[in-house]
Amino acid sequence: MSDDQTVIEVDQLARLVEAVLMCAEQPMPTARLLQLFEAEGVSQMALDAAIEQLKAHYADRHIELVETASGWQLRTRPAVAPILARLEPARNQKFSRAMLETLALIAWRQPVTRGDIEAIRGVSVNPNIIRALMERGWIQVVGQRETPGRPELLGTTRQFLDDFGLKSLADLPDFESFSSQGEAIDV
Amino acid sequence: MASSDCANAIGPQAVPGSEPLARVRGQAMTQLPLDLYIPPEALTVVLETFEGPLDLLLYLIRKQNLDILDIPVAEVTRQYMEYLDLMREMKLELAAEYLLMAAWLAEIKSRMLLPAPSVDDHEEEIDPRAELVARLLEYEKLAEAARYLGDLPRMGRDYFPVKVEKPPRLEQWIPPSQPQVELEELANAMRMVMARQSLVAHHHIRREMLSVRECMTRILERLLEAERLLFENLFVPAEGRLGLVVSFIAILELSKEGAIQLKQAGAFAAIELSRPSGTSEPFAVS
Repeated sequence: MSDDQTVIEVDQLARLVEAVLMCAEQPMPTARLLQLFEAEGVSQMALDAAIEQLKAHYADRHIELVETASGWQLRTRPAVAPILARLEPARNQKFSRAMLETLALIAWRQPVTRGDIEAIRGVSVNPNIIRALMERGWIQVVGQRETPGRPELLGTTRQFLDDFGLKSLADLPDFESFSSQGEAIDV
Repeated sequence: MASSDCANAIGPQAVPGSEPLARVRGQAMTQLPLDLYIPPEALTVVLETFEGPLDLLLYLIRKQNLDILDIPVAEVTRQYMEYLDLMREMKLELAAEYLLMAAWLAEIKSRMLLPAPSVDDHEEEIDPRAELVARLLEYEKLAEAARYLGDLPRMGRDYFPVKVEKPPRLEQWIPPSQPQVELEELANAMRMVMARQSLVAHHHIRREMLSVRECMTRILERLLEAERLLFENLFVPAEGRLGLVVSFIAILELSKEGAIQLKQAGAFAAIELSRPSGTSEPFAVS
């Protein structure tokens, strides 16, 4: 904060940030928030303090302030999801194993080609699954491998991180840590 | 994996105590029949849950608590083929991958039967199962990773963004359109209404103070229901001359505020009121 004068109090900034985040279409990165309050001379420090205050404000609420890959976002906590689900007619949010396995492969092994996916899963890739994942905005073509046929390389998107509450791919556990012994099948 | 319950259910299940499991034609059944009939559709479901040959193979290995690093290939191959036969019987479309795996298993089996070729430059002979084991382990990790992803709290399922509708942007405010009716025409129409009134007004109706604002709201309310209203129909003769004047002022006021639009198709045609174009909701009267 500049020495001469504090144009905007942290309390007030916290309330402004709250309103901005509620009305924003997308999660807001810190840089964008700073830009937004440029006229008020808000410093990074002041913004950080305001965000901390807002987080504390929501501590005992069913709403939380979180930072996803795209920035800060106000969202409901998973605990209230069953209640909120009553607001909308039931939508099938369950994905097939094939879809989740394909997504997992792309997430952990990206960039991968369809061939890579087939090699590990042992079955041919269902084009509908790739399309469904693309429609959700979770995966994208990130390039082509310089091998015969120049197959497309698939990777995950920022949307994927946002939707799964991840700040970066580094938030995912190490693939090698998934060495389940018999957990896969509960007989 | 939704799987083996079916296979387990086949085994006999003695029930302690005399509480019958079920009654079949009056006879108490205390034990599940050994040859419990499983409808073929149920098996189809079980078989269809496999995500491919690796999944099926892993299932067979895990079901029997076999050591994945020391797979009894002959036994596993036999069971694998049994499942394939079952799938064929169920007329499931048997993907080529399943057959490829069968061929691979057979190859591994035969290699294990053959004496290992004496290789001088390798001290350790390569286990023919090594590649299969590596792929199974890799697939198992993937299945676990997929389950992890599926369990992660997800936007739209476990949490939702908190959203407040933004107020409409001021720049998008559209200036009210000018009335498309000549003032003279409007006055004429009003004159006609007044003239008609004089024909009916032979007795005095109790005067009631009518508020222009109230009248404006009433007109807007009516416009909520009807797309357009005829100018003449906006007047309530029972309200008397004063009422007519109040209604007229209300219409003029609404037109000025851009809350309504006045239209006339041609000379002497009926004057119509409608909601201003571009707004679906009429403006609120302050």
